[in-house]
Amino acid sequence: MADLSIDLAGIKSPNPFWLASAPPTNSGYQVQRAFEAGWGGAVWKTLGDPILNVSSRFASVGFNGQRVAGFNNIELITDRPLEVNLKEIYETKKRFPNHAIIASVMVEPHQDKWHEIIKRIEDVGVDGYELNFGCPHGMAERGMGAASGQVPELVEKQTYWAKEAASKPVIVKLTPNITDITVTAEAAIRGGADAISMINTINSLAGVDIHSWNTIPHVGGKGAHGGYCGPAVKPIALNMVAECARNPLINVPISGIGGISNWKDTVEFLLMGSTGVQICTAAMHHGFRIVEDMIDGLSNYLDEKGISSVMDIVGKSVPRYSDWGNLDLNYKVVARINNDVCINCNKCHIACEDTSHQCIDMLKDPSGNSFLRVREEDCVGCNLCSIVCPVDGAIDMIELASDLPPMTWNERQAFLGNIGNESVDFVK
Amino acid sequence: MSMTSPLKDGLAMNFQEVERGLTPREALEESNRCLYCYDAPCIQACPTGIDIPSFIKKIASGNFKGSAKTIMTANPVGASCARVCPTEELCEGACVLNHSTKPIMIGNLQRYSTDWAIQNKQALFKAGKKNGKKVAIVGSGPAGLSAARELALLGYSVTIFEAEKNPGGLNTYGIVSFRLPQSISYWEVDQVKSLDVEIKTNTRVGVDVSATQLTTDYDAVILAIGMSGVPKLGIEGEDLAEVYDAIDFVKATKTEAITDKFVGKKMAVIGAGNTAIDAATCSVRLGAEQVGIIYRRTQKEMTAYDFEYEFAKQEGVGFHWLTNPSRIISDSNGQVTGIECVKMVLSEAGGDGRRRPVPISGSEFVIPVDGVIRAIGQSRYVGLIEQFGIEHDGGVVTLDGDSYKTSNEKVFACGDVIFGKGQGEAMVVSAAQQGKKTAYEIDRILMSEAVDIA
Repeated sequence: MADLSIDLAGIKSPNPFWLASAPPTNSGYQVQRAFEAGWGGAVWKTLGDPILNVSSRFASVGFNGQRVAGFNNIELITDRPLEVNLKEIYETKKRFPNHAIIASVMVEPHQDKWHEIIKRIEDVGVDGYELNFGCPHGMAERGMGAASGQVPELVEKQTYWAKEAASKPVIVKLTPNITDITVTAEAAIRGGADAISMINTINSLAGVDIHSWNTIPHVGGKGAHGGYCGPAVKPIALNMVAECARNPLINVPISGIGGISNWKDTVEFLLMGSTGVQICTAAMHHGFRIVEDMIDGLSNYLDEKGISSVMDIVGKSVPRYSDWGNLDLNYKVVARINNDVCINCNKCHIACEDTSHQCIDMLKDPSGNSFLRVREEDCVGCNLCSIVCPVDGAIDMIELASDLPPMTWNERQAFLGNIGNESVDFVK
Repeated sequence: MSMTSPLKDGLAMNFQEVERGLTPREALEESNRCLYCYDAPCIQACPTGIDIPSFIKKIASGNFKGSAKTIMTANPVGASCARVCPTEELCEGACVLNHSTKPIMIGNLQRYSTDWAIQNKQALFKAGKKNGKKVAIVGSGPAGLSAARELALLGYSVTIFEAEKNPGGLNTYGIVSFRLPQSISYWEVDQVKSLDVEIKTNTRVGVDVSATQLTTDYDAVILAIGMSGVPKLGIEGEDLAEVYDAIDFVKATKTEAITDKFVGKKMAVIGAGNTAIDAATCSVRLGAEQVGIIYRRTQKEMTAYDFEYEFAKQEGVGFHWLTNPSRIISDSNGQVTGIECVKMVLSEAGGDGRRRPVPISGSEFVIPVDGVIRAIGQSRYVGLIEQFGIEHDGGVVTLDGDSYKTSNEKVFACGDVIFGKGQGEAMVVSAAQQGKKTAYEIDRILMSEAVDIA
């Protein structure tokens, strides 16, 4: 069995599955139940000056009858006194010394505030800190969370202040509510961050009740934006992780967060540069026991691939992620339909006909049976038909040998630039 | 007023609809499973051409009214068909998911939408602007109702003549309540009535109003009279009191208080079509202790749908294959005590392409029974057809080519009255489609006449 333990900037945990700072890590009771269920670590629900919460806090975004494709919340940081949380962290760490406990922290952007809270937490035995610069709702209105996380200078300064007081690794959790996350990631690193984690939730309004016209969720008939997470945000999170991972200026470990629901999602985040993952929505949807399959599935995957340690796959796909200008313009794939597998729903035909390149024909064989065929010469290899096809194996995207050598847009532009001073009208 | 008793109440419960409808969650999940095929084979397989992927998509989106309207537009008896169609031979049999997972429950989803419309008292259609033309329809069964609905939408003044006390024909009187409650049939009738269609019930054409009067008073007449009772077996003892016509037998369970006179009795049903199954399962639900279907051919040749056969077996109905009744035996009081049968063997195919059963001499045996139900097909309203003076072949109205025109240019025919002799289909859904097409044909003819005159 492969070694699933990870070391993220010196924080060790028996497996890469941590509970993210969120409702599941609100108390010692919950975190201990999670560790019993198999979770490798937990980022405690954000500590700070206790706040007041509202009633009616979460909302689910469904898709085609499935619940929790996305998840939205307007809950704030911990509403329990700091000393209660610290006592429970202490007890939990004592019971589970090999599991990672990270204290999520959020205070006003003042040096003394950061020093004060870090010093109070230091003694209870946490393995590290996660600075919450990402919470997009409520706290942001008070100049904390995403409000400070959107200002690179504040990210840098606060990280620096936390580091001044901390003896344990400091992870900076970044907000996705920003144009380019690498800018704040770099700021965190300038401030001395030992690691970064992403993404926090995305500004969201889960929905509007079309009958009452209230927002979803609403608090007595009034709503406010919340933070969006769950499976729907995974591609956004994965891209942000990947952009940071391939940025040479961002050279600290990444804790991946955002829509991770199972071991496969986890492998994807690890391949794209996460050293471990943090999970919340999946646990809120199904309970702590879902980690069993995450551990089991990851372990079987690594064994099957002959990989002895989960750390060995971290970042393995990062070199394959680049800019559009570095993609080969002469690479070509086309769709091919396997008529023995195809069930003739014609979804590929209508998708291609109406919305892509009109190259899938509906034909009849000599006995009058319907079949579909791709006109490969007109196929641009967009993948749409294979995406809408409901049957696995009915449409393959086939790589065609090219007569031309690989040529990227950047190479092409460089080549054209080298031709000389002749003016070329690219529009033509 | 009939006495009620716990026993009778219990028996009456047996005639409540068997299948419960889908729950909202089931409907949501099942509708989302539909692939929404392009040029979907289920549409081709539906005799009325319901746009099935669209009505299912509308369930998924929560547009139940639109869904019900999509169904009822194509099929004016779509709520009944949701319950009685042999879906595995039609839409569900054509579903592409048969080739990958399992077919969509199209019938159940259709029921879900139409049930929604019924429960929410939705009016789905409005009568068309009157065009001054009048059409008489004889019979208010699926074909007649369907024709009436389409004609009313097109602006015709439609009058339906119905011999029975209530409209609906087969759907009201002929299909067992535990498959199709009368309320469903009545809702479909009300949908048609709401388009200013007049239905004259208790009005038997040929008795209360003459055929000639209809052809004189109306611009067109549609004969949608279906079929009549079950013919006689032609064997000794069949005039005894406990020998029943299956059509009447089923009808009684839908029009009279549920009787307890069959409790503990042994019943034999002659024939193996869908009506035979209905009579047999009704007998079981009326408390009969033993019910056997007697059929002179084998399971392979029987005309009942597979799902009906399965249902009958589940209900505990027994089957005597290759068995033909030769005599109904009674005691000195005229009480049926048994049915004498002879074993059969299949010989070569006859004129209808089916292997002809021939008796094995000396194989007679007696099945002890308390009652016998005839279900060997239905006879025809030959007298009425002849009153219209139109051509027919043994009660099957002869049509002009592919049309629904009879030999009288003002008289059209659709539904079971044209079924048989290699013509038509006996399904409710086919009758509905024929009704629609008959309406369009009449419209084409009368409107072109109108243009000619102008």
